[in-house]
Amino acid sequence: MTTDILPAKVKRGDASDGGASLGSRLSRIDGPAKITGAARYALEHHPEGLCHAVIVQSTIGAGRIGVIDTAAADAAPGVLMVLTPDRIMPLKSATTWLDTPGPDGPYLPLTNMINFVGQHVAAVVAETFEQATAAAALIKIYYEETDAIATYDDPRSGEGMALDHLAVSWGEAEEALAEAPVRIEATYRTPREYNVPIEPHGLVAQWNGDKLTVWEPSQWINGMSRTYAEWFGVPYENVRLVSPFIGGGFGSKAFALAHGAIAACAAKMLDRPVKLALTRPQTFTAFGGRPATRQTLRLGATEEGRLVSIVQTGANETSRDGVWGEPLASVTALMYATPHLAARQTVVPVNTVLPSALRAPGENPSAFGIECAIDELSYEVGIDPVAIRLLNYAEEDPHAKKPWSTRQLREAYEAGAKAFGWEKRTSEPRSMRDGHHLIGWGVAAGTYPVRRTAGEAMVRLFADGRAEVASSGIDMGQGTYTILAQTAADAIGLPVDQVEVKLGDSALPGAPVAGGSQLANLMTGAVHKAALAARDELIGLAIGDPNSPFRALQANTLSVADGVISSPRGGEEVSIAELMHRLGRDKIEVLRDTLPETNNSAAEKHRTYTTITRMRSPTEGDYSLHAWCVHFIEVRVDEDFGTVRVSRVVSALDSGRLYNPKLAESQWKGGIIMGIGQALLEEGLVDRRKGRVINNNLGDYLIATNADIPDIEVISVGVPDFHASVLGGKAVGELGIVGVAPAIANAVYHATGKRIRDLPITLEKLIE
Amino acid sequence: MRDFDYARPASLAEARRFAAEPDAMLLAGGTTLLDLAKCGVAAPAKVIDITHLEGLDMITFGAAGVHIGALAKMSHVAADAVIRENFPAVSEALWQAASAQLRNMATIGGNLLQRTRCAYFRDPLAFPACNKRDPGSGCAALGGVTRNHAVLGTSKVCIAANPGDLAVALTAFDAVVHLGERRIAVDDFFLLPGMTPEREHALEPGEVITAVTIPASVPARRSTYLKVRDRQSYEFAAASAAVGIELEPDGKTIRDLRVALGGVATKPWRARDVEKALIGKLLEPKAVREASLLAMTGALAQGDNHYKIDLAPRVVTRAILKVGGLA
Repeated sequence: MTTDILPAKVKRGDASDGGASLGSRLSRIDGPAKITGAARYALEHHPEGLCHAVIVQSTIGAGRIGVIDTAAADAAPGVLMVLTPDRIMPLKSATTWLDTPGPDGPYLPLTNMINFVGQHVAAVVAETFEQATAAAALIKIYYEETDAIATYDDPRSGEGMALDHLAVSWGEAEEALAEAPVRIEATYRTPREYNVPIEPHGLVAQWNGDKLTVWEPSQWINGMSRTYAEWFGVPYENVRLVSPFIGGGFGSKAFALAHGAIAACAAKMLDRPVKLALTRPQTFTAFGGRPATRQTLRLGATEEGRLVSIVQTGANETSRDGVWGEPLASVTALMYATPHLAARQTVVPVNTVLPSALRAPGENPSAFGIECAIDELSYEVGIDPVAIRLLNYAEEDPHAKKPWSTRQLREAYEAGAKAFGWEKRTSEPRSMRDGHHLIGWGVAAGTYPVRRTAGEAMVRLFADGRAEVASSGIDMGQGTYTILAQTAADAIGLPVDQVEVKLGDSALPGAPVAGGSQLANLMTGAVHKAALAARDELIGLAIGDPNSPFRALQANTLSVADGVISSPRGGEEVSIAELMHRLGRDKIEVLRDTLPETNNSAAEKHRTYTTITRMRSPTEGDYSLHAWCVHFIEVRVDEDFGTVRVSRVVSALDSGRLYNPKLAESQWKGGIIMGIGQALLEEGLVDRRKGRVINNNLGDYLIATNADIPDIEVISVGVPDFHASVLGGKAVGELGIVGVAPAIANAVYHATGKRIRDLPITLEKLIE
Repeated sequence: MRDFDYARPASLAEARRFAAEPDAMLLAGGTTLLDLAKCGVAAPAKVIDITHLEGLDMITFGAAGVHIGALAKMSHVAADAVIRENFPAVSEALWQAASAQLRNMATIGGNLLQRTRCAYFRDPLAFPACNKRDPGSGCAALGGVTRNHAVLGTSKVCIAANPGDLAVALTAFDAVVHLGERRIAVDDFFLLPGMTPEREHALEPGEVITAVTIPASVPARRSTYLKVRDRQSYEFAAASAAVGIELEPDGKTIRDLRVALGGVATKPWRARDVEKALIGKLLEPKAVREASLLAMTGALAQGDNHYKIDLAPRVVTRAILKVGGLA
């Protein structure tokens, strides 16, 4: 979508500039395989001799296993093996994603110590899934139960541990706050939220000698391969992880998890391929979702609404056996110009599985706090919620004190407000109504950093004139296949349908994690570089080979377009296939990476793709690199029932250049839809006594349905940002959700006059 | 899931014989049975597949009312033109129940027998105490997360809510459950938990639901089903109301009124106090609002579900005013 806010001469880096494939609205090239069922997902692999593993999880929240009685299961029909903490083979402790050593070994994917309800404690492997399931129910476990601390609302959980690396401060925040003429203070809470990808977690593991093949949905082929290799003490190259298609991850499929270790152990111990699929309820405790968060924000401002100080204290739940910090200051310390700021954060251990990444970890709950608080301040000082945001607009990164590379946030406010009709808003709460419905209009901004890691790509040109792109980078639905085909097509000079893309296999050139919205930018960069090199090699051959019609011409006089090489001064036009034929070549093959010129040893390369230590911060270099967005949202609240319906969404987003606007819009909308669910529905309901998440299925853990989603209008206000990435893009996938929940909460306030500061905004919060 | 015998009876008589065996369960749409078997609540020794039995899926309409075969699918009944015209609350209750996939599979007979969504009932390994599942074992829901539990008709041993939508509409309009020859008013078919929460309905061993009949009436023709919930689709009711009304020829005085509630009680809940308070009275918002409060007589909250006591009368009020043409 275009907007007339931007001057016409601005190059958008998309199809509106004309010509190229990159930037056009090509539909997903993997789409037909997916809708016809031709795409094979991990659990659809059935190697010869496959047997089936079923997991047994703990039913207490804390304590230890006294006795496991497996006699009945051992003797059950079809059972090949019952794994318990005492029977499973010990593994080596694997390096963490931060490239630090894992806990002192060995690593036991099943243990007698119970830290949370739903922890894996046993597994049954049988000839059939049904036999394994039936036998699993026969295992009797006698526990020595101790008190579980279910949530951080239990006073016994204490204040938690400070995470100093997440603390941010500048100026004299407390003093400035004390002197501020206007002060507000409020506490915002988000519950446990779960990734619930529609494809549940699971894998097929097969050993051949000391070589392991794993078919498993993965957001990080190289990182997970490394973990498997280290667990089993085999060379990295001995692990082949295959994941060409993924049914959603949202952050939950980036790491090798205990169930993967169990399946691979079983396969090794039995010397047979093993399939293990978690049940939906098991997925709620086989890995963690977003932790519960709480943050208290104190804002100090002038009477005109100019911020003078922000003080934030935050906390999130973590597990008893690990630390997951959900960075609650990530937006607080970035969005607004404030001379003074202090933010600190703790993590509070409770009896839960270790929380983990869920779409925009950090930025998402952080934005919920600051974007609600600034709205509260706007009412306190009596100015429009958009106006107060523009009044406090950060002209540079207030924390890093560096200029933004690009920040089209002002343009986003302008374009979004215009498309939404914001100027017609009456500011008073409860001032807009339609029958039983109170109508509210809310706004909130969001942001997500540009993360940068190097990647690698192979580009091959074949004798038939077709090209192939290969990378271990993955496509979980976001469109990697498509945009890499578009990138290679443009760089080489081929029609996009002449490019085949192979992804998601550790046998292919390496890529870092598909997380943090970095993959599209880094992989288009690597593919662009490799494809240009392939084109250069082709042209080099064309002018250098005595059999070429272009022999003795200069390289810069040739052009390649639509698969045809030509000299602009006229003369012969030859297709790539024809030229390859005349040259007697069956392929041209180039491998390129985007590692720095120095410090690019094999070990460095391995570390780049298998850890996050080579990910560059958004403020490394001369600029601060971030994507931005603003959501304008209308809600209708039934005055009697308290039910909130989102009736209109207009979002303006700056993700820099869009490599494929159709796919980027789709990702933005997906994030916005997830944000609507987060605002109104999603909540892991925790039993206060044993810490069980009781709504551990898709009937009871509510995510938005089609009926909950109105038309969503997204407007791209980005411009190419070549500081951010080789081809000018910024973050897309994680951006869209950031700011949706506060925009809805602010709209609910405008509709009802009630500030709901704890998500989700369910009906009882509005009628009681 | 334990191994079970699978039987495919040739006749209803044979189905009844099988159904009398211990731990035997009927399979119709399977949407409840499969679900409960997966979560370890249902472990039948024998599954009696009645899906192929002829003549049990008909919808027939006569002067007395409608006869709906027990194997009619929810979506077929919801879409039936006669149902929509004469029993709009029934159609609306069905459309708002479950999801499209479930409605296409689930049958009317099975729908009446669906079990509670009490999370503690559905999780026997983590929560062994459940008087409904295992009489005398206790109630894990008491003191737990009770947002979706009942406030009406509860007992000391069970607070599980009946999850039905259709059954609420049937209760409002005096439907009759056919168990072959034996017939039983729907309000008597569902039982209060009392000290025997494991017994949810009046089916005796060997009995099979064959049909549901709903008498034709003016209130049934002028009726609605209002379901309130946070999610707009595929969620059980926070509170719901099936309401039908008949006005005197003056167009203002209530001649007949039917009110039943869902999502708040241990069984589909007929609100006769509300009906009595308004029959013969003028239809006007204040009176309706006040009378609707009577629906919560005897309500007992468990903490998280207190909101239902506030919400349900508002749902009743809106539904009455809607069918009365005032909302």
